Amino acid sequence: MCRRAHVLGLDQVVKLSSTMHAMKVVVCVKQIPDPADPGALDPETRTLKRDVKLILDESDSYGVEMALQLVEAAGEGEVTLVSMAPNNERSGLATALAMGAASATLVSDPALVGTDALTTAKILAATIKDQGADLVIAGSESSDGYTGTVPEQIAAVLDLPSVTAAKSVEVDGSNILVKRQTDAGYDSIICPMPAVISVTAGVVEPRYPSFKGIMAAKSKPVEEKLAADLGFEEDQVGWSGSGQEIVEVAEAPTREAGDIIEDDGEAHVKIVEFLESLKVI
Amino acid sequence: MTSYVPPLRNLRFVLDEMAGLPDILTTEMYNHVDTETVHMVLEEVGRFMAEVVAPTNVDGDQIGSNWSEGGVVTTPDSFKAAYSKIVESGYAAIPFDPDFGGGGFPWVTALAIQELLTSSDMAFSLCNLLTQGAIDAIIHHGEEEQKNTYLPKMLTGEWTGTMNLSEPQAGSDVGAVATKAEPVGDGSYRITGQKIWITFGEHDMADNIIHLVLARTPGAAPGTRGISMFLVPKFLVNSDGSLGDRNDVSCVSIEHKLGIHGSPTCVLAYGDNEGALGWLVGDEFTGMRNMFTMMNNARLSVGLQGVSVAERAYQLSLGYAQERLQGTAVGGEKGVQSPIIEHADVRRLLMTQRSWIDAMRYLIYINGGLLDLANAGVDAAQRESARERASLLIPLSKSLCTDVANETTSLGVQVFGGMGYVEETGAAQHMRDARIGAIYEGTNGIQAADLVGRKLPMRGGQVVEDLLSEFEDIADELREDDRLVRFGDNLVEACGAARTAGRWLLDNGSDLNAALAGSSPYLRLLGTVVCGGYSAKAALVAQGNLEGSEGEFYGARFVSARYFGEQILPQVVGLEKAVTAGSDQLFALSAKQLAI
Ligand SMILES: Cc1cc2nc3c(=O)[nH]c(=O)nc-3n(C[C@H](O)[C@H](O)[C@H](O)COP(=O)(O)OP(=O)(O)OC[C@H]3O[C@@H](n4cnc5c(N)ncnc54)[C@H](O)[C@@H]3O)c2cc1C
Ligand SMILES: Cc1cc2nc3c(=O)[nH]c(=O)nc-3n(C[C@H](O)[C@H](O)[C@H](O)COP(=O)(O)OP(=O)(O)OC[C@H]3O[C@@H](n4cnc5c(N)ncnc54)[C@H](O)[C@@H]3O)c2cc1C
Repeated sequence: MCRRAHVLGLDQVVKLSSTMHAMKVVVCVKQIPDPADPGALDPETRTLKRDVKLILDESDSYGVEMALQLVEAAGEGEVTLVSMAPNNERSGLATALAMGAASATLVSDPALVGTDALTTAKILAATIKDQGADLVIAGSESSDGYTGTVPEQIAAVLDLPSVTAAKSVEVDGSNILVKRQTDAGYDSIICPMPAVISVTAGVVEPRYPSFKGIMAAKSKPVEEKLAADLGFEEDQVGWSGSGQEIVEVAEAPTREAGDIIEDDGEAHVKIVEFLESLKVI
Repeated sequence: MTSYVPPLRNLRFVLDEMAGLPDILTTEMYNHVDTETVHMVLEEVGRFMAEVVAPTNVDGDQIGSNWSEGGVVTTPDSFKAAYSKIVESGYAAIPFDPDFGGGGFPWVTALAIQELLTSSDMAFSLCNLLTQGAIDAIIHHGEEEQKNTYLPKMLTGEWTGTMNLSEPQAGSDVGAVATKAEPVGDGSYRITGQKIWITFGEHDMADNIIHLVLARTPGAAPGTRGISMFLVPKFLVNSDGSLGDRNDVSCVSIEHKLGIHGSPTCVLAYGDNEGALGWLVGDEFTGMRNMFTMMNNARLSVGLQGVSVAERAYQLSLGYAQERLQGTAVGGEKGVQSPIIEHADVRRLLMTQRSWIDAMRYLIYINGGLLDLANAGVDAAQRESARERASLLIPLSKSLCTDVANETTSLGVQVFGGMGYVEETGAAQHMRDARIGAIYEGTNGIQAADLVGRKLPMRGGQVVEDLLSEFEDIADELREDDRLVRFGDNLVEACGAARTAGRWLLDNGSDLNAALAGSSPYLRLLGTVVCGGYSAKAALVAQGNLEGSEGEFYGARFVSARYFGEQILPQVVGLEKAVTAGSDQLFALSAKQLAI
């Protein structure tokens, strides 16, 4: 997906000029059932019932925070939100607006029931398309669906470069410098804007909405859209539009009890044997 | 160690359906606020408290606040970090005057915020609570210049506040205050004396501390009539608002206590050198009277501490009861251990906590709603009747909720069995923390004297009588539902006991010792009846919602209220006899005989 992004060798990381310009950042925020009280799976559709009150997915609070920091660093610009959710639910948006986002677009439509990840991405992309964003930020994976595909799919639909697993982002002129989390450490990536990046949980500390922020959020605009407003026919979305089908839901296997090695003076030998049997040493 | 789940649904129920928040928000004073906004705020505040403050609870207990040479008091690092986030959040200002940066929300919503904070960490919450009291005092009695100088920073929490009443010889007997205030001649005073027990009297979470100090000017009359209130900042404030010299007040030591270890309880020395600079708040000699204007809020808050700690202890014990396997419950598979929650006696430990917590919440928040109506009510008649009832309920809120919290947090320990007696589980901390509630802000004995001496005699006992007859009307409604007949009968009987006991106290008021001897059992009796009456009201509200989409929630309130009506309320019948027994047996033994 990083067609236009380049992985920099360490020697290539040069201090680039830090000319600032107004930043417009769109953050994709998913509103999900409270994981502390998640509600049930619908046995028929094998998806999570979403008729309960939804909250801001914690995974997306990092994206909101990163976006706010980028705009604050630029000194000018704004953060806007896009979300697709059932029942015109906006409690999660309220939290992100109270954190400091300026406005939101909410796509909510009974026709969207059953929409899979790719179609979700198409819908979100259609919402983002005309916003003139410098940067689109999403979570690496949501807390309830966690297919972990939507950000890259949005990038593909919009034909934008995509950087995943961003640990930190810095703006430099018309590029962003991204530290991308890897198993070994991080890659330094330079990527032209506009771009889509996904951020991993925990990389920034999301702010809590202040009292003033909560009060201000009440008057921030939330534009509601239907699938048709975005140019989708009914059979392109929802169950009928989904190429993905959940065929089975099964309990995760319980972990098997491990072997307990008691130290009778020979424990180290047994541990070495055990590790050898796993071919890890 | 233990997580805290903010009881947001319960708070919504209590505020909207029990304490009359929607009505309060129609008054001119508060119609700029709506219920949805209140609950949006509570949701965010609840998440904040659970994530930011609740984790400090163990540090507060185990590290505690510590004193070192030079009068420095150091709070745990987690306290400082959480406190600075509270300041950033602006939550502390929500109930106060918008002119000084507040949100202008009604007090009853401030109670909900306070509950969320206190359940998260009671010791930590005291800093905000005392600051709130000091703000209240300055708003009501301070001069414009004092308000402009101190309030904006106190509302954000950048500066904190304290209340300095107690001295070694002046505890319950505040009139014995001996701290001196000598006029300098330029409007300021030099304060000298020693104050003890001063909560957050010194700490390292904020830039400045604004002490409100009760003291005597030269020639002042003895007793409470000669007391004046002074504002004494830790750092003097320059005319541009910046901080100047350190004032002559220092922390000599802090106490080592049973609980709330995170909250420094300070001995403060005023005027070891040239005398601490202070300024009158309100007129000379009005100190005690002015203190009383804040007393209702402060006492209600301490009652709420009882509920808040009881809630946290309950959540903890409920979690354990579901995990701990022991014995086989009735009906369980032979040889298979059951979670202890399946045993009837453990159910009792849990239901007793659940039911009392619900009932106490009704009492506290209804009391808070009445205080709001006493200020904001549509007309003088509504304000006066709200004021009357609120002041009747105050000693009940303060004492009953702190007494019962001592009992329910102890039940929480009991659920844990031996592990409850072990500090690591955290159950014991709640019991230790809760214990102070019955002592400070006027001991519960003093509250009982207030109830019998001042509140019960209001309008010749008619203020109490009005409440009892309302409860009897509710009892009639209960009896229309087969499931609530027993509750209804018990409530009528309980109101009868309250009436007999109250009548006896009024009739025997001339024998002061007899009336005071009955004061504590009467407080327990009347408090339990009031909790029963409000639980009955809750049962009726829940009754209409049992089938709806929130049937599970209302069902829980319904059963919890029934449990109160059937298993707790009947206790008052025995109390009636204790109230009316008189003082003979109390004084029949000499001090010497009491020892044998
Ligand atoms: C069978 C099926 C039925 C479904 N039914 C419904 C339904 O009834 N109603 C409905 O609203 N959705 C429905 N969905 C959509 C689903 O809830 C997700 O929005 C979608 O599948 C994305 O999957 P994910 O959460 O695994 O995304 P991931 O790829 O794991 O998410 C990564 C990031 O993408 C962004 N993102 C993902 N989803 C959204 C979103 N919806 N809004 C804004 N940003 C988002 C977030 O930033 C998120 O952190 C259904 C999906 C499936 C597969
Ligand atoms: C942790 C802690 C924090 C505190 N914080 C503050 C603070 O911030 N500011 C402040 O000014 N004070 C504070 N106090 C002081 C507190 O308010 C007093 O301890 C309380 O008022 C009781 O006074 P005392 O300790 O002198 O007890 P005493 O008055 O000596 O009471 C001892 C016992 O006698 C009973 N008794 C006394 N007089 C009577 C009477 N007339 N009738 C019936 N019974 C009576 C009491 O009920 C009690 O059971 C704090 C105390 C503690 C322990």
